[in-house]
Amino acid sequence: MRARTKKILFSFSLLVFLFFYIPIIFVVIFSFNDSKLGTVWTGFTLEWYGSILQNSQLISATMNSLYLAVVTTIIATILGTLAALALHRYTFIGKKSVEFLFYIPVVIPDIVVAIALLAIYGILNMSLGLNTAVPGHVAITISYVMLVVLARLSSFDNSLEEAAKDLGANEWQTFWKVTFPLIFPGILAGALLAFTISLDEFVISYFTLGPGDNTLPVLVYSMVRLGVSPEVNVLSTIIIAIMFVVVLIVGLNMRKRGDVK
Amino acid sequence: MRRNFAKAYLLLSPSLFWLTLFLVIPVLFIGVISFTTNGDFGAIIYEFSTEAYTSAFSSLYAKVIWQSIWWAFIATVVCLIIAYPFAYFIAHSGKWKNLLLLLVMVPFWTNLLIRLYAWIILMNNQGVINNVLLDLGFIEEPLALMYSPGGVILGLVYGFLPFMILPIYSSIEQLDKTYLEASEDLGAGPVKTFLNVTLPLTFPGILAGFIITFVPAISVFVVTDLFTGGKLLMVGNVIRDAFLVEMNWQLGAALSLLLMILVLLSLMIFMRFTSRKDRKLLV
Repeated sequence: MRARTKKILFSFSLLVFLFFYIPIIFVVIFSFNDSKLGTVWTGFTLEWYGSILQNSQLISATMNSLYLAVVTTIIATILGTLAALALHRYTFIGKKSVEFLFYIPVVIPDIVVAIALLAIYGILNMSLGLNTAVPGHVAITISYVMLVVLARLSSFDNSLEEAAKDLGANEWQTFWKVTFPLIFPGILAGALLAFTISLDEFVISYFTLGPGDNTLPVLVYSMVRLGVSPEVNVLSTIIIAIMFVVVLIVGLNMRKRGDVK
Repeated sequence: MRRNFAKAYLLLSPSLFWLTLFLVIPVLFIGVISFTTNGDFGAIIYEFSTEAYTSAFSSLYAKVIWQSIWWAFIATVVCLIIAYPFAYFIAHSGKWKNLLLLLVMVPFWTNLLIRLYAWIILMNNQGVINNVLLDLGFIEEPLALMYSPGGVILGLVYGFLPFMILPIYSSIEQLDKTYLEASEDLGAGPVKTFLNVTLPLTFPGILAGFIITFVPAISVFVVTDLFTGGKLLMVGNVIRDAFLVEMNWQLGAALSLLLMILVLLSLMIFMRFTSRKDRKLLV
């Protein structure tokens, strides 16, 4: 690249980063603002941090979110990994259609999944609760696990499995002693992805949770609808800070292992 | 790769079962509902009717559909114009590459609602931008920044820009540098090389970015909801209200089905024009 092109691109990219971060920085600043009424700076305070930690709604929403994310991750990781093994190992009739099916959750608008499930629950007269969000969460995360594990499998040396079998291991032993340890990083990455997607998921939860069962994003939505408030500033700042730390840790670990995408 | 029908489907059966039961059947069912008759109080009468589609294409909702397509399209194009040079810069920033990419991942993983809320702080009538402009005397009354199509498009761009950046970044990153050298050795200047080599080779990334940006942008309801309080509508708002407020499931189902057709079409186009290794750009 020529020096002048590089300079222009650098300035442009700097502007894009500012575009990304300026709004976020303002949320963080205002979370320390003394004023209850929004967006005029009146002085520094930690008061709102204290009050939000005692917010029982927030605590139960967080617990609900974690519960949903854990259940979703367990189911999606098992199902997705099995599917990846099948697609990696075998050719079979209908493989193309199966692959197409797995791409649908990646691109389907979440609102379509949400109302489709809501309609089914409605027809079956099921009462909504925390667990009625699980089917939707799993349905949109299976594919991600499958694709991440499949990517790991594609760099997997099949002769290792053959060697294990030549040495007398049965299929079960081969899987647990050879295949599983080698693809474990992929499974872990897939699980982490499923966990994060579920934790972040709003639309499916919004439609398929029972009226009293908020998750964190659903609670944030109901708070944001009411306008700017110190509580939302604080809650947002905490979530942004956690995201920052998580991304940094995951990023640095991947870099160490040298397989950053 | 071995041929083994039974074992393959044994391993696949749990996930196929789940996806069929909780995704395929519900979506097909939505298709059925869209052709039923709307009784009073949201009852579904199983008599064939195309009323939901007539209503979806009536002037009231047709306007919302076109508006959604138009806003989502503009937002996607703006994302593309921002994302390409930006991704190009990151991919060529040497040892800083990973750090810069992490800085893109933070907004990518921060909840959309929170990121939209951040703009509300900046743009609402008592917001930071209006306060500064009022103090400086540029304006006499606060500007309705959020309540305009421009505000909505800004929200869409801010919300989905990372979706465009990441696949384009991957495709630029995977670009075989020897092609670029070959092009320059054969006498092509940087502009010619970019237009004839780089751009076509990174096309799968652009296509993937376009799809995964456009689809959420056209179906999202929280941007219009939070920015305009429902004064401006997109398809997502109509679907939500049809199901949760007006109890007109047929209309909501018909609009969802139209969205679904759009998505399947774009997925088919993507699979048609890209190779198997490009598929992972979607994720």
